[in-house]
Amino acid sequence: MNELIKSAAALLESNAVQVVIGYGKGSASRTRAIFVTNVTDCEKLIFDSRCVQNLAVYLTKQEIKKLGKPAIVAPIPVLRSILQLAVENQITENDLVILGITPESELINFETFASIETFLATHRIAIDEKYQEIISKIKNMPVAERFAYWVKELEPCFKCYACRAACPLCYCTRCTVEDNQPQWISVAAHPLGNLEWHIMRAMHLAGRCTDCEACYNACPMAIPINLLTKSMLQDVAENFGSYGPSLDKENTLSSFKPDDKESFIR
Amino acid sequence: MQTENYLIRKSSLEKLFNNLIGSGKTVYAPKVKGKLTLFDEVNAFGEIAEDYIVTSNSAKEIVFPRAEKLFSYHKSKEKAEITDAANNTFPDVILWGTRPCDAAAFIPLTDIFNSDLKDIIFNKRKDKVLVLSFSCSRSDDYCFCTSVNSGPGNIAGSDVLFTKLTTGDFLAEVITEKGKSLVDENKDLFEVKSEESKESNLAVVASRFNQEEIQAKLKDLFENPVWDDKSRACLGCGSCSYVCPVCSCFDIQDEAHGNKGIRLRCWDSCGYGLFTLHTSGHNPRNTQGGRWRQRILHKFLYMPNKSKVAGCVGCGRCSRSCPADINILDTLTSL
Repeated sequence: MNELIKSAAALLESNAVQVVIGYGKGSASRTRAIFVTNVTDCEKLIFDSRCVQNLAVYLTKQEIKKLGKPAIVAPIPVLRSILQLAVENQITENDLVILGITPESELINFETFASIETFLATHRIAIDEKYQEIISKIKNMPVAERFAYWVKELEPCFKCYACRAACPLCYCTRCTVEDNQPQWISVAAHPLGNLEWHIMRAMHLAGRCTDCEACYNACPMAIPINLLTKSMLQDVAENFGSYGPSLDKENTLSSFKPDDKESFIR
Repeated sequence: MQTENYLIRKSSLEKLFNNLIGSGKTVYAPKVKGKLTLFDEVNAFGEIAEDYIVTSNSAKEIVFPRAEKLFSYHKSKEKAEITDAANNTFPDVILWGTRPCDAAAFIPLTDIFNSDLKDIIFNKRKDKVLVLSFSCSRSDDYCFCTSVNSGPGNIAGSDVLFTKLTTGDFLAEVITEKGKSLVDENKDLFEVKSEESKESNLAVVASRFNQEEIQAKLKDLFENPVWDDKSRACLGCGSCSYVCPVCSCFDIQDEAHGNKGIRLRCWDSCGYGLFTLHTSGHNPRNTQGGRWRQRILHKFLYMPNKSKVAGCVGCGRCSRSCPADINILDTLTSL
């Protein structure tokens, strides 16, 4: 990815950005997110099939914001998250430079969020047949069996919240799960607490999730929580006709109004 | 007690397992689950994973569950009744297939729960555990037990340590009285005393740093850019703490339902933004860098200062499971 290194170096050189969020060599055969702040280190940037972590998660982290304006290496899942963050007014076009990467590993620049949307229109979210089969199998289970299935699958969850931390759309600085006056959902990682947590997470992401699977990839217990978000994605598409972020539309299921009459959400 | 060495045949190992199951004991062992190997309850010898370096989860949950009920209460007009969980009887548990690092972790963990107040529930649970470990014949890039005064055939913390020999039989080192009782109850399986050496059957784990040197260095590194540099990609989850066999921070939670309720001790992590957040809103560790520093200092400076044992056994689980590939060895070797 010489092009990527050149573009990143040029951006840092001209001070158009102060940090490049990209992928570099990690432990053993892994890759990891790196934060390049000088031209010399740009050669550490790599991009290949191992680079699956969704870097958009760093755009809203206070530690990264402190480094200055970022350029971000953005394959398709990252582009989708950027667009969704834009829909939710978490970032503006002036906040970042996008070093887009096509599925053919070509560098592609996006000057505007609208141009990302145009590009993504030809790269739509599609749920694998393999997953569609599993999801319909689960949906067709009798209620008791389905309940038992999820209790068992969620049993290893010890609530490390890696799913939440890795998700670019879980950017709240305070999560409902940590409120204890009143306590909305059980904090403990027991069967009830685990069910409540994962149901809440899936519901909160319904109509917002862009199927990047960061949550599933982050889970140290490899719990198939992506089945929940994929299933929600299908439901939203079937019932509301949308599949993925769009600048012209509000979120399908969640909206925020500053003059909402309910006080608890402020 | 003086360690006693026995030879146990491959076929006798299965008999030993069956005897334990037959006596009604609960056995936890490494078990394959999808792409992971996890400590889980097993009922048949065939369920036990054979090829694993370490399990993804640690064995600490047996003595320090993720959500431990401390007491329950019931209020009425006249009085409040409390049922203290410390009065409970806890089950006998066999840990089968722990690695020497897993077993070694019980030493600092026991220190923590006995450093000031003696934690009754922890100690009761711990007393009921028999630790049957298996030496490591393989290691990976994440293992560093030899850097923290342990090793792939280390006996500390185990009741019996089995090492597979080239013949396929096992050397059984009986380390504690509890281990000796197991031998006495299964005399026919442990009949031959052994002079075999395990050394040539152990994994090679290169030493990556010297723990005492790290401890000395850390005294002067409180203000250092390394903490921010090495934790920059940290996502702020608790994965490292929850897979760690030594991490023991917890959070007290009440679950109330009308006049009844329970108090729980739940795992907590220094990775979270809410860690050490004061009621005033101030947090002395308000960035991931500050929290990463706390994690390293706690394990490699504060704990060895206080109890002579580091809070890390070099199992490498934290690094393996980190969704952002934050690697503890990277930090320790760059100090």
